[in-house]
Amino acid sequence: MNSFFKYFTDIYSGVKSLLTGMSVTGKYFFSPGQIVTEQYPENRKKLLMQERFKGEVIMPHDQNNQHRCTGCGICETNCPNGSIEVISNRIDSGDGKKVRIIDKHIYHLSMCTFCGLCIKTCPSDALAWGQQFEHAVFDRAKLTKTLNKPGSSILKGIE
Amino acid sequence: MKEVIHTPVPYIEEEEYHINMGPQHPSTHGVLRLVVTLQGEIVKKLKPHCGYIHRGIEKMCEKDTYPQIIHLTDRMDYLSAHINNHAVCLLVENALQVEVPERVKYIRTIIDELTRIQSHQLWWACYGMDLGGLTCFFYGLRDREKILDIFEQSFGSRLLHSYYAPGGLMMDIHPDFQKNVKAFIKYFRKKIKDYDRILTGNVIMQERTRGIGILTRDNAISYAVTGPSGRASGFSCDVRKHYPYACYDKVDFKEILYTEGDTLHRYFARMEEMRESMKIIEQLIDNIPAGDYSAKMKAVLKLPAGEYYQRVETARGELGVYCISDGNKTPFRMKFRSPNFSNLGVLDSISRDTKIADLVAIGASLDFVIPDIDR
Repeated sequence: MNSFFKYFTDIYSGVKSLLTGMSVTGKYFFSPGQIVTEQYPENRKKLLMQERFKGEVIMPHDQNNQHRCTGCGICETNCPNGSIEVISNRIDSGDGKKVRIIDKHIYHLSMCTFCGLCIKTCPSDALAWGQQFEHAVFDRAKLTKTLNKPGSSILKGIE
Repeated sequence: MKEVIHTPVPYIEEEEYHINMGPQHPSTHGVLRLVVTLQGEIVKKLKPHCGYIHRGIEKMCEKDTYPQIIHLTDRMDYLSAHINNHAVCLLVENALQVEVPERVKYIRTIIDELTRIQSHQLWWACYGMDLGGLTCFFYGLRDREKILDIFEQSFGSRLLHSYYAPGGLMMDIHPDFQKNVKAFIKYFRKKIKDYDRILTGNVIMQERTRGIGILTRDNAISYAVTGPSGRASGFSCDVRKHYPYACYDKVDFKEILYTEGDTLHRYFARMEEMRESMKIIEQLIDNIPAGDYSAKMKAVLKLPAGEYYQRVETARGELGVYCISDGNKTPFRMKFRSPNFSNLGVLDSISRDTKIADLVAIGASLDFVIPDIDR
């Protein structure tokens, strides 16, 4: 007799639990305001990333095409996987002293793990995070970037 | 002298056969290969094969300086990336005897608990999906997105943050951080009720998992199964409670313990942990003290020669970091005691004589992250 009742109470509780679950899904089904899906390729025009978003390492230049990099190479030694190469040479500054300027600041995006140590340790704040996130290219060589723009020079007063 | 008689033991008994589950199987959550010996559909033996995603992180640590090691630990258990970072940071700070600011301790505790919630949300999503409820997967990921947005706003990335640095943090939290976390807690308190209605109370899920894969307390201790899986068997192993670090000695929270140790109670343990984590965050979020976000550290960190060990509680169990230093700027040897590797060891003994469909449920309830097993 006991198992007979249990048979029916099991059916009842089973159907009830299913309906409880269905009520949750039904609630979302009939309230399209709660849809969170992003229509990605269509909304890329107005897609804004967070200001701290780690897209890639960039070297900000001002309007006179001047950057803040002294070529000290601290970012290169701090990088855990060798994705930064600083090629610098020494020139005469005019008053007899030799100063170091960067020739090329090469950044291998394909090797970068986005740990942020280069940006954190830079003594002159020459590097920053860029918000670009669509990095897919057809040629691997395009992922090796030169961060200083052609013809750029160092900002006055940065040691 | 007694003569020893060797009787050849066949690897497979009569009417048994092998099945390779994985390495590319959706329910193994990564590249884990389980060689299952079956009799009909009853699991007789199970042999995990690891190493498909072995990257040699422990060896790579030997060439990296201590700040550089942080970003490698992200990639072990990527769902509790912050907590892994925390382990290495604590090890370095304790070895150098650096006192980190109070503010850092508060922020670290809050972020650790947010990490735990998002890890358990993903686990809940996958658990539902493995048992045949695809709706759970979407709901779980939808709510996890809210935490990832908070992370992205403050640290710039969603999965692998490398946000902690020895001595403090990489940068200060975003000004909106507290507001957003409070909004999330309010939102998630509502949504976790949906979780209960859709899956916890579901009779199909309960009948499929009750009494399946029973892990006894003795077995949990002898296999060193930690985390929610161990606590569901009554093994009190919460590092936050027994060896408090950061702010865990200041907050009031409960260690979730069950004695049944079956798949269903491992589920309950994780669901309750999410609620406890929210409780911890609510106690701390309004009281973050002002101050520096990092202690003054030297440019080159050199640990004094010796051996160091630090344990933390990740979302899956106890993570231990063991380090031998010879006084250089790189460690001589780094060893990670990862929770998933120990939890995997018990899978054979608890899944014997169950059906192969139950093996999927047991695997889901142990919540593996394969890169943490292989490292």
